[in-house]
Amino acid sequence: MTESELNKQLYKKIYTIRMAEEKIREIYPLDVMKTPVHLSIGEESVIAGVCQALTQKDQVYGTYRSHALFIAKEGDMDAFFAELYGKHSGVAKGKAGSMHLSSPESGFMASSAVVASIIPVAVGAAFAVKYKREDCVVAVFFGDGATEEGVFWESLNVSCLKNLPILFVCEDNELAIHAHISDRQAYTIPEAVKPFGIHVYSDKTTDPSEIYTIAQKAVREIRKTGKPFFLHLKYHRYLEHVGINEDYCHGYRCKEDYTEWYGADPVKIQRDKLLAIGISEGEIRSVENAADRSIEESVQKAAEAPFSDTCELFEDIYA
Amino acid sequence: MITITYREAINQALVQEMERDPAVFVYGLDVADHKRIFGTTAGLVEKFGPGRCFITPLAEDCMTGFGLGAAINGLRPVHIHIRVDFMMLAMNQISNMLSSCRYMSGGKLKIPMVIRAIIGRGWGQACQHSKSMHSVFAHIPGVKVVLPTTPRDAKGLLVSAIRDNNPVIVLEHRWLYDISGEVPETDYTIPIGKADIVRKGKDITVIAVSWMNVEAVKAADILQQKQGIEVEIVDPRTICPLDEEAIISSVKKTGHCIIADYDWLFCGFSAEIAALVSEHCFQEIKSPVKRLGFAHTPCPTTRPLENKFYPNAVDIIRIIEDKLDLAPTDLSGEEFYSHENKFKGPF
Repeated sequence: MTESELNKQLYKKIYTIRMAEEKIREIYPLDVMKTPVHLSIGEESVIAGVCQALTQKDQVYGTYRSHALFIAKEGDMDAFFAELYGKHSGVAKGKAGSMHLSSPESGFMASSAVVASIIPVAVGAAFAVKYKREDCVVAVFFGDGATEEGVFWESLNVSCLKNLPILFVCEDNELAIHAHISDRQAYTIPEAVKPFGIHVYSDKTTDPSEIYTIAQKAVREIRKTGKPFFLHLKYHRYLEHVGINEDYCHGYRCKEDYTEWYGADPVKIQRDKLLAIGISEGEIRSVENAADRSIEESVQKAAEAPFSDTCELFEDIYA
Repeated sequence: MITITYREAINQALVQEMERDPAVFVYGLDVADHKRIFGTTAGLVEKFGPGRCFITPLAEDCMTGFGLGAAINGLRPVHIHIRVDFMMLAMNQISNMLSSCRYMSGGKLKIPMVIRAIIGRGWGQACQHSKSMHSVFAHIPGVKVVLPTTPRDAKGLLVSAIRDNNPVIVLEHRWLYDISGEVPETDYTIPIGKADIVRKGKDITVIAVSWMNVEAVKAADILQQKQGIEVEIVDPRTICPLDEEAIISSVKKTGHCIIADYDWLFCGFSAEIAALVSEHCFQEIKSPVKRLGFAHTPCPTTRPLENKFYPNAVDIIRIIEDKLDLAPTDLSGEEFYSHENKFKGPF
């Protein structure tokens, strides 16, 4: 892929994530999306950069904050918005909502709203990949808070012990809901995981193409060695933990942090990058317009779609 | 038919299914050590290699999620816990993940996973090596719960569990491993969700779970000989899904219902059956439903208290005497089961 094509694809992912989230912020007060939303604004470059380094066959596992992951792994946008609207055409017919999104057909297998609970599932998936001698890797995304859970360490141990092809992606925003990392951790994450013998790389860049390059190296290493790799990437959560609003007024963090991080906003960085490598304003606009249109159309379809019949309640419990 | 023990029956089911389907693998603490989970995993690592039968770190929570991840990718994991009490460390994965993952995917994912766990009384095992917990598991939609009593059921139900496309929890009482019984020589399955009428009778119904079938059969033998009473014993075998029809029709026939559960009574499986009987047999029932199970205490260690904690054949006999207005049965000369005096079968 050419540099220009790659950067355009990255921008499309990042822009779509940002605008989809902004669309949700616009619609949410109408109370047509009756599902708690944990928005991905600020997180885009981590998700898009890593997913850009994965193939369609590679699997990803996420958290309750997985709108970005769904979009970056190219899940169906109509089914995404329909799920948020709770409609039958949603990815899980409205049963999953925002917190349990998945798109197995595009490799986004599952997500969990209980912190760290998805991590061992991803480890088991990596075991299955190795067991079946398949040529793919598994990436699991989780926040800094997840590293405080016992199952995180259990999973790290098992994946290193059994040499499994898994990419751990710790998205460190220094907050677990409203609790700062300094009040929660007696360790620093990259230093604490290193003794397991895992490759670790830590960075605080918000540049999508830099994260893509980092992730690409990690994924190549996993494919070459069959061993796990740990990425520790910082980002800033622009909005409240759950919901559509800013919450700097509550005093647990300060607006200055936002100003600093917003100076390196992923969307702005990638847009500037496109211009710098010679992609015209017109071409960028056409990428943006296509994304805007797609979001608009998907929202429209979701709003008009029917809810599941109530007998759907009893479907999909057992196979 | 051939006669084998319960432990051999489980071992045969594992060997047979691992031979039949390369997607089946077995893992857990102790599965490949010299004791091999009471002998039930004997020979697996030698026959199938450490890739398909392996011990794990002491990480029950993680290894349950691990099984889920493998299962949604087409494998058929069999995870084993040497005591059900250790499985409590995996309750997050069981109740939040394993049970709900298919539902949350809108039916796109299948979870063909088996969890085997050893339950019940041993010898001074105290409160953390002795539970059953089947009522708790059965409370959660999305999992199936199986408690085989005979070698035939142990093999046939484990084969069904491994072939099932859902999470199935198989609970095995450790005293059952020594019992012998007839098993078909050819490939067979016992369907999940079908009760067994262990013994036919017209006077009173005992719904017995797992080891309590052994106690109920002993009680029924004594009452038949000494009081001429015909006890009907129903082993649900799988408590979720439950064969409601078998229970209802037995209670309608006899008009009396005793539930001999192997768990605590409060909010438990026995209460579920009592409710079922009340809803469906209200016209036919001649006496109130009676339940017996664990004392509502943690399990103690010392033998006199342990004897009081677990229900047994004598308890069943006394309840039946009470219900049917019988004079006390002379139990002198009767031998009952204990750790030292194990039941060896056949049923």
